[in-house]
Amino acid sequence: MMKTVSTITINLLCQALDFPGGKVAYISEMRFISESNDKRIPCYRLLDDNGELIEDSDIDQISKEVAVKMYSEMVTLQMMDTIFYEAQRQGRISFYVTSVGEEATNIASAAALAADDVVLPQYREPGVLLWRGFTLEEFANQCFGNKADYGKGRQMPIHYGSKKLNYFTVSSPIATQLPQAVGAAYSLKMDKKDACVVTYIGDGGTSEGDFHAALNFAAVMEAPVIFICRNNGWAISTHITEQFRSDGIAVKGQAYGIQSIRVDGNDALAVYRTIRAAREIAISEQRPILVEALTYRVGHHSTSDDSTKYRPADEIEYWKMARNPVNRFRKWVERNGWWSEKEESELRSSIRKQLLQAIQVAEKTEKPALGNLFSDVYDLPPSNLREQEKQLRETINRHPQDYPSDVPM
Amino acid sequence: MASCLRRYGRRLSVSICEKRELSTACEGKVIQQQQQQQQQQTAKLLNLCSAINQALHLALETDPRSYVFGEDVSFGGVFRCTTGLTERFGKNRVFNTPLCEQGIVGFGIGLAAMGNRAIAEIQFADYIYPAFDQIVNEAAKFRYRSGNQYDCGGLTIRAPYGAVGHGGHYHSQSPEAFFCHVPGIKVVIPRSPQQAKGLLLSCIRDPNPVVFFEPKWLYRLAVEEVPEHDYMLPLSEAEVIREGSDITLVGWGAQLSIMEQACTDAEKDGISCELIDLKTLIPWDKETVETSVRKTGRLLISHEAPVTGGFGAEISASIVERCFLRLEAPVARVCGLDTPFPLVFEPFYMPTKNKILDAIKSTVNY
Repeated sequence: MMKTVSTITINLLCQALDFPGGKVAYISEMRFISESNDKRIPCYRLLDDNGELIEDSDIDQISKEVAVKMYSEMVTLQMMDTIFYEAQRQGRISFYVTSVGEEATNIASAAALAADDVVLPQYREPGVLLWRGFTLEEFANQCFGNKADYGKGRQMPIHYGSKKLNYFTVSSPIATQLPQAVGAAYSLKMDKKDACVVTYIGDGGTSEGDFHAALNFAAVMEAPVIFICRNNGWAISTHITEQFRSDGIAVKGQAYGIQSIRVDGNDALAVYRTIRAAREIAISEQRPILVEALTYRVGHHSTSDDSTKYRPADEIEYWKMARNPVNRFRKWVERNGWWSEKEESELRSSIRKQLLQAIQVAEKTEKPALGNLFSDVYDLPPSNLREQEKQLRETINRHPQDYPSDVPM
Repeated sequence: MASCLRRYGRRLSVSICEKRELSTACEGKVIQQQQQQQQQQTAKLLNLCSAINQALHLALETDPRSYVFGEDVSFGGVFRCTTGLTERFGKNRVFNTPLCEQGIVGFGIGLAAMGNRAIAEIQFADYIYPAFDQIVNEAAKFRYRSGNQYDCGGLTIRAPYGAVGHGGHYHSQSPEAFFCHVPGIKVVIPRSPQQAKGLLLSCIRDPNPVVFFEPKWLYRLAVEEVPEHDYMLPLSEAEVIREGSDITLVGWGAQLSIMEQACTDAEKDGISCELIDLKTLIPWDKETVETSVRKTGRLLISHEAPVTGGFGAEISASIVERCFLRLEAPVARVCGLDTPFPLVFEPFYMPTKNKILDAIKSTVNY
């Protein structure tokens, strides 16, 4: 008996290599791992295209209050985008980026988080700020770069940031926020906070080296960070078929030792539940999670882009109408008896008024004073900046016509 | 040189820059130590890497929210600068990172933005470039672009730089000029162990992101008395380390000892040289250099980095702007050649003592 057991043991030992990380079985047949799995990673969804709950599972339903707030904010985001985009077309603001088509990804993910969770956005997630309480006036102030802008008029429109709402300031470079998110998450881990970091990236951004750096670091550091990839099909004019050859983004998680999931980014309920679950795992297990939200960028990349130049108009129309996340969620909310046409028109007219008012006021508010050009480069201005400010002011006195009159001295 | 340094070092070690903000965790302790300084001014002979090691120990000891990380730092580092830190402070605070400079700096920015002191090591300055985007586009602009809502002032990036005798293209570079062109960060380079300890502690505690280049040539070679207590040396203050009246020489890091030898030789020929250690390259102390050049009327700058576009050009242009009518001769630059750093040809590439001496003489005899 003993002899048989030990023989089997020896046979098993000879068929495996003891390598850091665990035993690796040997194989005598040469086999290349396929570049793709037979089946694509499935996409988690709860609501069908008509906003009907697909399975009445034992999922804990979200409350009426949360659902109505989510829906209202999705509408607000949609309207803010429409009106601010128009303002740019009219030449009132210099630039704008819409999130049309991605309202569910924005709002539902934000709704699933707590106020203490630290958010590091890319730039197409203003819905997260909106959910947390950034006002339409605050959005307008940043877009106009006036003296009420928390960024003090230094950056282009849509580069929002809010310390009080735990939303790191947007920067244009793609994916740079990802390794920073890992460092921030490590801080939460060390301080034993009941919170996580959530950072957003588009499909294009996952090609950047910072994406690879961040996921690898997050896994090794066991950092409580959720990476949410908004796979919206386009990186300016570059379609995802030109961006990567993998099965989207979710498949990459395992390569780093990170749990991942693919979710229907236009299903607000599914996004909400997914981020709730991801957050629970990230915090209780102190590990990163990768979430790929499949969605579509209905709008152009920005006001500097005309996407009809590189994609068919009927594709845009299809996603705008048939796959609209706001309509879809509306149907579900209405079916629950929590929303009606009356409330819809009241909300829309109220938001429209607020938006127009916000833009009017922001437009008339003066710009930040000239001193803000020189402050905050360092904590205190060094001698070269003090000298340059002095020289600049002398130049302005000699040639006032060269300078905009709406910047106070 | 050693006794001269001791004299200046002693005077400076008592000063604390009032302008600088310490993390509240360490402020009380440093001031307490300052008071103790009168009683115990003990010093020990240390080399550069030990001095840096001491600074890191003190930084971690005085601020519980400070971290040291980078490739191979856990076992002590490839230059032994991080010896004993993991054992003393634990692997949560002193840890290896994956081999990825953009990740190291990005991670450090995030950690610093949450109010921690993030002390990142880049193994060789030659490998800092993958992190250039994070340093220039992110760290340097973090405070400004957020309207001062956020900052990553707690970030310090340390990297060994400079010629080592056999380093070739990728273990000898002096990339400081790239970083001196970036508003929002500070660039600091120490010349000696006693300087390195005080400057590094200032960098770590300065509320701005700092790149700290350590002259690897001096890690073991430079030995001097280093005070054992916690002391800080001011940033953006240049130091006249040798007084003179005929010509001003400006340099930093390891090059200063070469320049010092040239000054000594020049003295034998009756030329009195004033030697200035710039220490902080940005923001740099123009006033000290200008005062010196107004006295001597001549300026010579020397650095290992290639001459074209090197930081010497900035110093030269600024001083010519300020002192044109006082200058008796063109500003001289004795620097590395405009080539990748060569191996066999290193002795030809380097700005040697005799190259400097020749330039001193031709400037004085202009």
